[in-house]
Amino acid sequence: MRLIAENLGGERGGRTVFSGIDMSLSDGGALLITGSNGAGKSTLLKVIFGLLPCTLGTIRLEEGGELFPTVGSAAHYLGHLNAMKTALSVIENLAFWRDFDGGDGLELHSALEAVGLGAIGHLPFGYLSTGQRRRASIARLLISQRPIWLLDEPTAGLDAESEQQFSALMERHLAGGGLIVAATHLPLRLADTRELRLGERAYA
Amino acid sequence: MLALYLRELRVSTRAGGGALTGVLFFLAVVATMPFALGPDLNLLARIGPAVLWIGALLASLLGLDRLFQADREDGSLDLLVMTGGRHMLAVIVLVKCLAYWTACMLPLVIASPALGLILNMQPIAIAATSLTLLIGTPAIAFIGAAGAAVAVGLPRGGVLVSVLVLPLAIPVMIFGVSASYAAINEPDPFLPPFLILAALTLFFAVIGPVAAALALRHASD
Repeated sequence: MRLIAENLGGERGGRTVFSGIDMSLSDGGALLITGSNGAGKSTLLKVIFGLLPCTLGTIRLEEGGELFPTVGSAAHYLGHLNAMKTALSVIENLAFWRDFDGGDGLELHSALEAVGLGAIGHLPFGYLSTGQRRRASIARLLISQRPIWLLDEPTAGLDAESEQQFSALMERHLAGGGLIVAATHLPLRLADTRELRLGERAYA
Repeated sequence: MLALYLRELRVSTRAGGGALTGVLFFLAVVATMPFALGPDLNLLARIGPAVLWIGALLASLLGLDRLFQADREDGSLDLLVMTGGRHMLAVIVLVKCLAYWTACMLPLVIASPALGLILNMQPIAIAATSLTLLIGTPAIAFIGAAGAAVAVGLPRGGVLVSVLVLPLAIPVMIFGVSASYAAINEPDPFLPPFLILAALTLFFAVIGPVAAALALRHASD
């Protein structure tokens, strides 16, 4: 499948943050969105996901098939916030997202093992450290299969070892034909990525 | 959808969930009433259904502003809104309303007979009031969802939610109380106001979630 944006622009509070973005990403492709604070990285991800209205240009998914008619249905979105309830345990949180998202990926426990949290699934989410919370929400991406990962500062709070672990997970996702669009100012250590710099008129 | 319902129930019954806050508030309002009004048993029995309904209405409004705000603060609201066509947003709102009703309003209905005794109400009046509360309170949750969705982006939106919700909840209370009174005052028929109450609940069960879904779609930033 192909994720295509043509002349895409984003607005925040009536002000155009960026405009004229053209991109095309096919199976196994990774796109890194960089730019200074306020350049519109998060806004771009939200526009792609469909959380914000697409006021300028178009964004579409080609060859998604019946299963994934829109970008929103094909994508996992990992935002700044972890989307987990602090009062529930890690396993309960993940079990909810498994049931809600469809859950055709990894088992809960193997997903937790994959992010190195195998031993603490029973703890309330509120007890975890910042990095552990991030890893738990990364586990959510593994539990339900989605071809597109939209990641907003995915490595915020992760230590070096977990960053490496996460890079391996992303490599595996790309090798399986997935797509990744990540907004970050830290290098993601992926072998083959294209970069889209916001702030100047950009093509990727 | 069952998963969402169970998650909401779990969150509201765990620490900081606020399921008991409403019941305690209800208890406080109704229990202080006899002290303020004095020991006139006939007066208490006469105003009993109205006091129970006012208490239940105010207690239900207490936690409503958190209905979507808690989800917004931890980021799950974005994922609930953007399900990519797998779930309808209005159905998600409906399920959240039902979970809120089960966790925060059903306890009020269950507590109302005991509080009716404090107010020296006749058994038939207690039964009628509990029944009207059982049928009428879901409407408050559905109206409240629309109010909570409008105010989701506002910190300290609680008062605004109450102001938005109260005018719409007044008809529910009017028919709830009049049905309760009709059960004890002989010539008045019980059924017509009770059926209107049930109709209001069904009406708001459709309108409330749809309105809330619209508001939530435009609230994300």
